[in-house]
Amino acid sequence: MEYTYYPGCSLHSTGREFHDSVTAVFRALKIGLVELEDWNCCGASSAHSHSRALSLALPARNLSLAQAAGRDVIMPCAACFNRHKTVERELQSSPERRRQLEQVVGFEYSGSSAVRALLEVLHDAIGVETIRDRVTRDLAGLPVVAYYGCLLVRPPEVTQFDDPENPVVMGRLLGALGADVRPWGNATECCGGALTLTQPKVARRLVSRLAGRAREAGAQAIVTSCPLCQVNLEMRQPGPGARMPIFYISELMGLAFGLEESRAWWTKHLIDPRPVLQLAGLAA
Amino acid sequence: MTTAVRRQPIADVPLMERVNALAEQQVELCYHCHKCTSGCPAAEEMRYGPDQMLLLVQLGQKDRLLSSADLWLCAGCETCATRCPNEIDIARVVDALRQIARAEGVTGADPSSVKFHRLFLFLVERLGRMNEAGLLGAHKLWTGNLFSDLGSGARMVVMGKIPLVPHVVRGRAQLRKLFGAREFSMPTASDESAAPEGRGT
Repeated sequence: MEYTYYPGCSLHSTGREFHDSVTAVFRALKIGLVELEDWNCCGASSAHSHSRALSLALPARNLSLAQAAGRDVIMPCAACFNRHKTVERELQSSPERRRQLEQVVGFEYSGSSAVRALLEVLHDAIGVETIRDRVTRDLAGLPVVAYYGCLLVRPPEVTQFDDPENPVVMGRLLGALGADVRPWGNATECCGGALTLTQPKVARRLVSRLAGRAREAGAQAIVTSCPLCQVNLEMRQPGPGARMPIFYISELMGLAFGLEESRAWWTKHLIDPRPVLQLAGLAA
Repeated sequence: MTTAVRRQPIADVPLMERVNALAEQQVELCYHCHKCTSGCPAAEEMRYGPDQMLLLVQLGQKDRLLSSADLWLCAGCETCATRCPNEIDIARVVDALRQIARAEGVTGADPSSVKFHRLFLFLVERLGRMNEAGLLGAHKLWTGNLFSDLGSGARMVVMGKIPLVPHVVRGRAQLRKLFGAREFSMPTASDESAAPEGRGT
């Protein structure tokens, strides 16, 4: 099995440990990841606030490159996934839009490379059993909640991902790692990540509510698959006091797989997760 | 009596028609059940909230909408779009309003957000990818808000998470072409609305 890999801007910067852990985990699972050659930024919310045409054209160029590479393309970042999935849907459902995008980008869409979310590949293509078999150190002492945020699940006709109000795939994957997955009702509530730099007050309010609800559910950490959620939840979480670390799902997979390199990921967090890991008997 | 058919300037097209065309939505379907506003994460900070923004679109209250900070409080989380019983993608309606604000040069409601998005796209157009150091640094200088988040920003630079030297994509000529792409669905005035007497009673 081999996939094209689209890191997006965040995984090359603020989400560095997401990139490092995803690549390490895929290596451990012996599944190839080939980074998309000369990929560009998807434009994120700045592009769709500015122009619909631009917001579709930027991801369309990446889809043309992915198609030339000839494999399905994994997008770990929920925001990038959402933008590319939006374009994929336009290409497949509107012949007129398809013609316009093909002309602007200069390619012919064949539909041979599908856009895939990381969680979707882990759950549907690789499978919970394969992941469970690779676990050498189970995470039984670690109480967590699974947090999806917005852009993986909404709008559902675009993302085609699990149930938009009650998704379960991340909980199943964490269960396979042996983690103590706590039920809670806020898994798809917005953290305000898109507003973290322009409206920090709103982001702070939303983050502090999510952290509070996670704590009420008995969790000591939140697990996510979105680099914008992760940085927002750590940067805007009110302190001092005990603040809850935010793990990427791939980091916990690496830890459960007993990967040596996991230690280098913890020092890249704005909230040091090592005290929580120590408490769970998972340090060192 | 017939009048000569002429194209109307876009600014004169009724607001809802313009928003519907840009967002590919039917705002007239909203019957104000309030489901969007009940689930909106930013409604607490908003003056109108999603359903009243739709009402203002229906009523053609352009100035009120474009000068409202609500436009820039939307996080684009799509909760409203997912729950709307009339399948209106309200987040896309907000995008359309932001696009109209830009086209008409209205930035007063939240200049900091407007500058942020402009800088973001300025960098993507030139580099092909985001450079966080450039974005945050330039935004601080432009808005004069020099000291917010300095601590976490500096820590991320030290951690090696914010590269200071930008990566530049090779396909920049192609990117410039994408930035020049014309809007796919532009509202055009129908012949009827172009004729003043067609509307009157």
